[in-house]
Amino acid sequence: MTSDLLHQILRRRAGAFCLVALILFYVAAFFAPLLAPYATSDQDLTKTYHPPTGVVWHEGQLAVRLYKLVDPTCAKYEAEPGQFAPIHFWVKAPTYHFLGLIPVSHRLFGVEAPARLYLLGSDETGRDVFSRLLYGSRVSLTIGLIGILITTVIGLTVGGLAGYFGGVFDSVAMRGTELIMAIPGLYLIIALRAALAKYFDDSDQIFILIVVILSFIGWAGTARVIRGLTLSLRNRPFIYAAEALGQGPVTILWKHLFPNLFSYLIVTSMLSIPGYILGEAALSFLGIGIQEPSTSWGLMLSQVQDLKVFMLNFWWLLTPGLAIFITVILFNVLGDVVRDIVDPKLKTQV
Amino acid sequence: MPSTTTPLLQVENLKVHFPITAGLLQRRVGEVKAVDDVSFTIERGTTVGLVGESGSGKTTIGRALIRLVNPTGGTIRYNGKDITFLRESQFRPYRKKIQIIFQDPYNSLNPRLTIFKIISEALEIHFPAMGLEQRRARVAELLGKVGLKPEHMDRYPHEFSGGQRQRIGIARALAVEPEFIVCDEPVSALDVSVQAQIVNLLQDLQEELGLTYLFIAHDLAVVEHISDFVLVMNQGKIVEAATADAIYQNPQDPYTKRLLDAVPKI
Ligand SMILES: Nc1ncnc2c1ncn2[C@@H]1O[C@H](COP(=O)(O)OP(=O)(O)O)[C@@H](O)[C@H]1O
Ligand SMILES: [Mg+2]
Repeated sequence: MTSDLLHQILRRRAGAFCLVALILFYVAAFFAPLLAPYATSDQDLTKTYHPPTGVVWHEGQLAVRLYKLVDPTCAKYEAEPGQFAPIHFWVKAPTYHFLGLIPVSHRLFGVEAPARLYLLGSDETGRDVFSRLLYGSRVSLTIGLIGILITTVIGLTVGGLAGYFGGVFDSVAMRGTELIMAIPGLYLIIALRAALAKYFDDSDQIFILIVVILSFIGWAGTARVIRGLTLSLRNRPFIYAAEALGQGPVTILWKHLFPNLFSYLIVTSMLSIPGYILGEAALSFLGIGIQEPSTSWGLMLSQVQDLKVFMLNFWWLLTPGLAIFITVILFNVLGDVVRDIVDPKLKTQV
Repeated sequence: MPSTTTPLLQVENLKVHFPITAGLLQRRVGEVKAVDDVSFTIERGTTVGLVGESGSGKTTIGRALIRLVNPTGGTIRYNGKDITFLRESQFRPYRKKIQIIFQDPYNSLNPRLTIFKIISEALEIHFPAMGLEQRRARVAELLGKVGLKPEHMDRYPHEFSGGQRQRIGIARALAVEPEFIVCDEPVSALDVSVQAQIVNLLQDLQEELGLTYLFIAHDLAVVEHISDFVLVMNQGKIVEAATADAIYQNPQDPYTKRLLDAVPKI
């Protein structure tokens, strides 16, 4: 079933493209410490708002142009003709424990200080935007996956049990979901964030807090749909057959009901991951999400809420927005492709 | 006190009412009397036909016998023992004795499981000592019994025709080695040519395994052919009970007469 689905996705051009692109994103996020030339907090106050450095082929190897600050008042840099710093591969760097285990003391590429390699420019304290984007993608890309995992588990359990057993549990669970769905999402997020903030202070915990808050809002919709699907599956004779054989309710849910919801779950998961990415971005943008020294795409965007970014056209500082945009589009298109594959009928319904 | 003279199944004044509920706390506002005061007996090794229009309560009787719905009142005696209000755990031994075959062959098999897994589920529950090899051998044997091939067991339901699926459903029911099978309109959804094959298969199995059937149908022609005794049902009640011949030749109730008129005369 799963390998079959994969095969079908790869046979469609849009599906193959989105899947491969997303896999590349996740691989890049996973290997961020190796791929990023600099650490997230690596500043250079002499090179603030530095534009992307030109990469050229010079004397038989890749090299970056060197720049001179010509007008500090508006951060105007100019390339110095004939001045280059070669790009080295597999360069020595401060030791870092990859996944907290494997010590790594190299990075894939970099230039020798004091020259700097800014593939996507630098921010107001001279930190490398490209490196920060890579590290930030770890938060932005995993938040959707973890969120979906939590939402699916809660949604399946509550919706599955409500649909299967019905009765009072069903009514109470459904009124609960209605309550959550009736409150506008952003207010609920902000209220929960404010209420829970005092228990979470360091940045890892805040990441968890954000996932929990977003999942708390997200499970209600999943649970309702799972309940509906369970209700309709519940009266299928193969469920009765299992009951007639004496199969227990938990096994029936697990073996007969959930596998038949699989295709639906995979589609909704794909289509709701963007919600988590945008949710994190919104929270971080408002300053109540991911905090320094961690980084995320939303946090990076919030740091450029500054008129001069627009006045002076520091476009590279808006690349986190582009990254969010592209990721969201990729998930949506992939979700659409999967939906067409697993259930052409859903096309008109969702 | 089970003996050869005790009927296998005795149903007295069986009632199944479905509540109509409303509101947050599922308050009861009315009820559907799907089965209302029904009595009949089924002798060991015989087939009792149950006919009636759609909605008359036939399926509900079948489901009450196999405890897929809870009876509201009355008694069901199996082999002389009252099983009407047993708890699920107490009812469990009867899950090995009483089985059911469903009307809709397209929805009675889980589309996500192979035929082996579908039939093997019954073995896993009731013969937990069986190993994988034994179960495969037993599933192959069961498939042979219903006229399918052992190599069919690793396929999925959608690869089979309606008649073949009905055979798989029969094999699943037989897997627990039951004594009594509720056949809930097992041929209604099939082509006429296939109907006869399935009815014949059920008769052969009955002879070979000494099975007892409650055979439900909405059309007297099918029931007449297979049944020793026929119950005619209308709006939750049994309106006529007689041998198949008597019903056919000399129907008493006007409803039975109407049902008979609907049977094409040859
Ligand atoms: N689970 C249920 N809840 C409420 N009403 C039901 C339920 N099952 C059956 N009924 C009602 O009981 C009546 C008899 O249904 P059924 O036994 O399926 O008839 P038949 O099998 O003869 O077509 C119908 O009116 C049906 O709507
Ligand atoms: Mg019926």
